[in-house]
Amino acid sequence: MAFRLESRIPSGPLEQKWENAKRDMKLVSPANRRKYSILVVGSGLAGASAAATLGELGYNVKCFCYQDSPRRAHSIAAQGGINAAKNYQNDGDSVYRLFYDTIKGGDFRAREANVYRLAEVSVNIIDQCVAQGVPFAREYGGTLANRSFGGAQVSRTFYARGQTGQQLLLGAYQALQRQVDAGRVKMFARHEMLDLVVVDGRARGIVTRNLVTGAIDCHVADAVILATGGYGNVFYLSTNAKGCNATAIWRAYKRGAGFGNPCFTQIHPTCIPQSGDYQSKLTLMSESLRNDGRIWVPKKKGDTRHPNDIPEEERDYYLERMYPAYGNLCPRDIASRAAKVMCDQGYGVGPGGRGVYLDFREAIQRLGRNTIEERYGNLFEMYERITGEDPYTVPMRIYPAVHYTMGGLWVDYHLMSTIPGLFVLGEANFSDHGANRLGASALMQGLADGYFIIPYTMGHFLAQVKPGGLDESHPEFRAARQAVEERTKKLLSIRGKKTVDDFHRELGRIMWEYCGMARNASGLKHALQRIPELREEFWQNVNVPGSGDEMNQSLEKAGRVADFLELGELMCLDALEREESCGGHFREEHQTEDGEAKRDDERFCHVAVWEFAGEGKPPVRNVEPLNFEFVHLAQRSYK
Amino acid sequence: MKIILNIWRQKNASSPGRMVRYELDNVNEHMSFLEMLDVLNEELTRKGEDPVAFEHDCREGICGCCGFMINGIPHGPERGTTVCQLHMRHFQDGDELWLEPFRAKAFPIIKDLMVDRSAFDRIISAGGYISINTGSAPEANSIPVKKQCADRAMDAAACIGCGACVAACPNASASLFVSAKIAHLGLLPQGEPERDRRALRMVLKMTEEGFGYCTNTGECEAICPKGVKIENIAMMHRDFTRAVALFREEAKVGGTG
Ligand SMILES: Cc1cc2nc3c(=O)[nH]c(=O)nc-3n(C[C@H](O)[C@H](O)[C@H](O)COP(=O)(O)OP(=O)(O)OC[C@H]3O[C@@H](n4cnc5c(N)ncnc54)[C@H](O)[C@@H]3O)c2cc1C
Ligand code: FES
Repeated sequence: MAFRLESRIPSGPLEQKWENAKRDMKLVSPANRRKYSILVVGSGLAGASAAATLGELGYNVKCFCYQDSPRRAHSIAAQGGINAAKNYQNDGDSVYRLFYDTIKGGDFRAREANVYRLAEVSVNIIDQCVAQGVPFAREYGGTLANRSFGGAQVSRTFYARGQTGQQLLLGAYQALQRQVDAGRVKMFARHEMLDLVVVDGRARGIVTRNLVTGAIDCHVADAVILATGGYGNVFYLSTNAKGCNATAIWRAYKRGAGFGNPCFTQIHPTCIPQSGDYQSKLTLMSESLRNDGRIWVPKKKGDTRHPNDIPEEERDYYLERMYPAYGNLCPRDIASRAAKVMCDQGYGVGPGGRGVYLDFREAIQRLGRNTIEERYGNLFEMYERITGEDPYTVPMRIYPAVHYTMGGLWVDYHLMSTIPGLFVLGEANFSDHGANRLGASALMQGLADGYFIIPYTMGHFLAQVKPGGLDESHPEFRAARQAVEERTKKLLSIRGKKTVDDFHRELGRIMWEYCGMARNASGLKHALQRIPELREEFWQNVNVPGSGDEMNQSLEKAGRVADFLELGELMCLDALEREESCGGHFREEHQTEDGEAKRDDERFCHVAVWEFAGEGKPPVRNVEPLNFEFVHLAQRSYK
Repeated sequence: MKIILNIWRQKNASSPGRMVRYELDNVNEHMSFLEMLDVLNEELTRKGEDPVAFEHDCREGICGCCGFMINGIPHGPERGTTVCQLHMRHFQDGDELWLEPFRAKAFPIIKDLMVDRSAFDRIISAGGYISINTGSAPEANSIPVKKQCADRAMDAAACIGCGACVAACPNASASLFVSAKIAHLGLLPQGEPERDRRALRMVLKMTEEGFGYCTNTGECEAICPKGVKIENIAMMHRDFTRAVALFREEAKVGGTG
């Protein structure tokens, strides 16, 4: 059965679509709101802002996260900043320009109407966060400061030192805790969602595991929001937190939610290179460093001299050479691929030749060490802590790493998935970033979704349904709970010879090799054979110690990796079927003469929306055509 | 290099715990401390034993999940670092280390090195926010903020809520954590209207949750991985004292400060 993909894009000119949509939306009266209950899974920027705002409006909200506190959601780790079209710098920014940069950065694979709305509400986000007390960087005159980020020629990024995500999340978390105090939000920390419950075609609840006691519980509601973040950890090594997972969206997919563009993954150009097999994660060095740092490799292949001994004329500042207009600030996919190409050709530095230099020498000479320290002090410190090298005196060594997933559950203009009553926000949805996200735009999207979009669209949905009328004794709830219990039992009963991490590492290797920065048909076909074999072996030979009725971190990991082993396959399938290159999806067969991504707008100007067809059956690929009414489809150029 | 670990093993809150000795032979100096524990846990799992439970997530020193005692010091011997950012190059071949959970009445043990820090969330709920509903904010640049105030507020707001300050304090006081929030919000014009009420409610909640009083020992500042300063506590005391005078009724209901 194919999906009916109605994007529900409002009519009218681009600038009026959101206004028109809001005008036409149905409302729930204040007195009736408390009769409706909403589950918000996730407490990152998207989840916390949604839960707090819906609580303020008077709905009955339950919010879930797997960490011990909502304040620890992975949004906390975002460093560089958040975009907004305030044009405080008077440098020619506007809502339209932010919209256009985002569409172009995404290589024309996002919906115009959504992206325009995002740019429009970006200005409200900054107002809201400042009012909450987010300590953004300021000028001496007391006004807000800005910096520039990749893919833009204006300064529109707001920041709080190198801890912007932390400060924005604490703002949203505090708003959330205020609603907890007011009794409008009930917080369930250390609870992991393990299934979605659909009754009569509508999302009506979830099944969770209490991570401390192991208790499996059902939660019934009138609508469910998933704001569970990205799935970059499919690659094992990524810049994501260790616990980031796809479980919530994957189980929803298996219950009928369409999965949009699963293969669209962002590989971030500036991360600390891997140092050994024991490595558990990769650390990002914020893109903001590219404002002042210059990227280079030696002009001579296999040059083993100390970087400081390599004279200026023997250095190749390859981004400045290849992309003179944007230089070191070209978009992430381009910068990452260029680093890979340089290393593949033998110019890489450091162990295994998998690294390029990010050098601050010139900036320190020009601006002084103090200024650099003020701008990036904590990032330099973090670099030194991890590598033992001092970036003030020796250039940083960096290499691309998996960072963000543009793909995710498909949603319409109302942020509703293909399952009525199931909304998806933040990185978990397939979102507004097309095939490549610009820096400082994820924080913007998460907060736009949670503070300014869902309050309207949720009200519109709820106004059309009766509250309640169901409890957990309903057969669908009982069946979902039983399925979760059986799966847990199964995982614990295998007692094989390999650890969960053994499987996860292997999956990561396959994904990185065949579905990473460059992909081709034969590699993807190979991966599509290897992953099911690995999955088979997992279910025969994994060792998950302990029991289900206690705190059991191995069990938590095992459930997540089991889902990654399925999602990885879908990502490869999607990458294979999309026979074009666009943004972060680079198919080697489809490139221009000078090695840039070559889109095929005739055949692929659409969102691929995957539909689960049952265990063991191939999933169905549906498409939502992308119609560009307001911008002209162009070959991306940053030269 | 070789490292000997003595780790506190405790099945759950209601069972007794004990120290268990483990020897690790192939520790790489570039590993982080938690990566070393990963290696240990892989070994234990292969042997069919229960791996050591410890809290972690970002492994970048920002989420505040991680934290336990290494030889009696929260987050270990390196200054200004969380345990996830502590690398083995700071230890010597043959070192013997003792790992224990943070110990405080208000932080009950969950398992092994994990404790329950939810009291921190309840303290924030009591007043660690600015009351502003979504949608009612004025234009951002209409509230000018002195750069010095924004910078100082940011210094305090850098707190990651890991709880190391409580573990280091002989009184198990949460004063550094609580005062960091009071200072962050109190230093900004946006936070001014609720400044007294915030200090009052947060401090009373801290006491109610079973944290001790501050006696100016300064251990908290010394071990804080984010360099949060004890001067915030002075600000908290001042705001609290003022608030008690202003809100006599509420202060009495909540007990003494
Ligand atoms: C190191 C790093 C730096 C970054 N820097 C920037 C930046 O400077 N600017 C920018 O715009 N973007 C940045 N990003 C991207 C951005 O941080 C994320 O895309 C964004 O924060 C995601 O927010 P979210 O609310 O969607 O999800 P998250 O913040 O990841 O939150 C997910 C929530 O879901 C919960 N959860 C997940 N699964 C389950 C489950 N099964 N059951 C229950 N709860 C669950 C988690 O507990 C958590 O509360 C960065 C990302 C990384 C990794
Ligand atoms: S794991 Fe996040 S601070 Fe250590």
